[in-house]
Amino acid sequence: MLQIEGLSWHTPAGEQILDHIDLCVPDGKLTVVTGPNGGGKTTLAKLIAGLEKPDSGKIYLDGEDITDLNVTERARRGIGYAFQQPVRFKGLTVRDLVELAAGSGLNEAALCDLLGRVGLCARDYIDREVDGSLSGGEIKRIEIATVLARHTRLSVFDEPEAGIDLWSFAGLIDTFRDLRGKVDGALLIISHQERILSIADEIVVVAEGKIREQGTRERILPSLLSGAPACGRCPKEEVRI
Amino acid sequence: MKSITQTLLELVSDWKEGFSGAYNIREDGGCAGRQSTKNIEIASKQDLPGLDIRIRPGTRGETVYIPACVTHGDVDDLVYNDFFVGRGADVTIVAGCGVHTDDEESARHNGIHRFFLEEGARVLYQEKHVGTGKGKGIRSIDPVTEITLAEDAVLEMDTSQIGGVDRTYRSTSAVLKAGAKLIIHERLLTEKDQTAKTEFEVSLDGEGSGVNLISRSVARDRSHQEYRSRIIGNTRCTGHSECDAIIVGEGTVSAAPELTANHDDASLIHEAAIGKIAGEQLLKLRTLGLTEEEAEAKIVAGFLK
Repeated sequence: MLQIEGLSWHTPAGEQILDHIDLCVPDGKLTVVTGPNGGGKTTLAKLIAGLEKPDSGKIYLDGEDITDLNVTERARRGIGYAFQQPVRFKGLTVRDLVELAAGSGLNEAALCDLLGRVGLCARDYIDREVDGSLSGGEIKRIEIATVLARHTRLSVFDEPEAGIDLWSFAGLIDTFRDLRGKVDGALLIISHQERILSIADEIVVVAEGKIREQGTRERILPSLLSGAPACGRCPKEEVRI
Repeated sequence: MKSITQTLLELVSDWKEGFSGAYNIREDGGCAGRQSTKNIEIASKQDLPGLDIRIRPGTRGETVYIPACVTHGDVDDLVYNDFFVGRGADVTIVAGCGVHTDDEESARHNGIHRFFLEEGARVLYQEKHVGTGKGKGIRSIDPVTEITLAEDAVLEMDTSQIGGVDRTYRSTSAVLKAGAKLIIHERLLTEKDQTAKTEFEVSLDGEGSGVNLISRSVARDRSHQEYRSRIIGNTRCTGHSECDAIIVGEGTVSAAPELTANHDDASLIHEAAIGKIAGEQLLKLRTLGLTEEEAEAKIVAGFLK
């Protein structure tokens, strides 16, 4: 379980992005953070993974204060983080990357299972370099696979739907639904996507650096879809699928 | 054969207590073993130090090993090896080089390799260079590679310097006839105060000929590298060169690609990128649980793989 207390962050230029955020991400559930662009969602994800340091506030993972731990230490405590814009590597293959994520070598069956969960055929991809030859959708799916491979206590996915084509999106939804039932930790997804919101257990609306609203899907989702002022109307809801 | 030679052979070739097939092992300018086969004849040159390696037309699936080792200081080894590859042959040539010195004297190997591929011949040429030993003597390897490809011949050159070489000046040139293809993968690692200079000149003379030249290098510490490539398209042809360099510490790299199109159907492209490891790459691997040092090592190893 992840607990966040009074988390604040501002840009080096002084713009306040997050303002005293309190949040609980429980185990065994899928929590989706949504809200308008520029509202602070990605910053929140980066603060959780340790890519940025907060100005104030505390972050606890399973009761341990991890606020002062660096990225590596948090990863070793069990935090997984899928980048919104995946990084490319000349020379590292898909196999290299997912095996680094898994912490050990993977046999063909494990690679097939892992890449199959993100809609890729292992045979076609394991020896390919994670470089500019992969399309935006392909590299995004591999990014998600690197987090699935880790079996973490908390998995954070920053806009996993971005760049994913229509055909594999349905598979991705199944993957997250499946994960929710299997992981013993917590799942946190940053998303604008209605179909991801529709499988959430908990929905958190972040806008203008604050938590505007949070609660069960049954309570929050109807107001979002009706365009109520909870987070304003997000154009992405209609563009993607 | 000296034990140092055996160690070097393990580093630069497929040596496992011996080679199967044709081979010649050069040790401090002498011959430490040679074997020809029915299809591959290895003979000493009469006028110069070195070998003539003749591969019969149609030879397929065989590998010939021509490694050279310098095992101590005060050696300046110069060798001329000529490879004549018959029509339609398809073979692998392994020509690694290791230089070792445990004293103050310098150790140098200068191998001049010429390849003459007849029509339709295919060669995979593997060349791995390494320097070892605790001595302060300068370890140098200065390979010269000259490639002549007849119609539809294909040569793939996989060349790497994996560490320990203080000075290198690598010169590779090629002339391609119609339909011939040349693929070059070069990987260079320099560290401490080492310097590496690498030059390529490829002349695309035949219709439909093509070259793909990919160079990846890492310059660590205070080392310095210079990359020069020149691709000349004299007819309808395709040429692509790519030079990527990672700087770690205070390393410096200079890259100067040159493309010359002497024909309006010559299609030539060059890409070059020099810089330190991207911060995002380090962060991504750290989110997988690696330390910054481990992440850097993985990125460099993958880049030079």
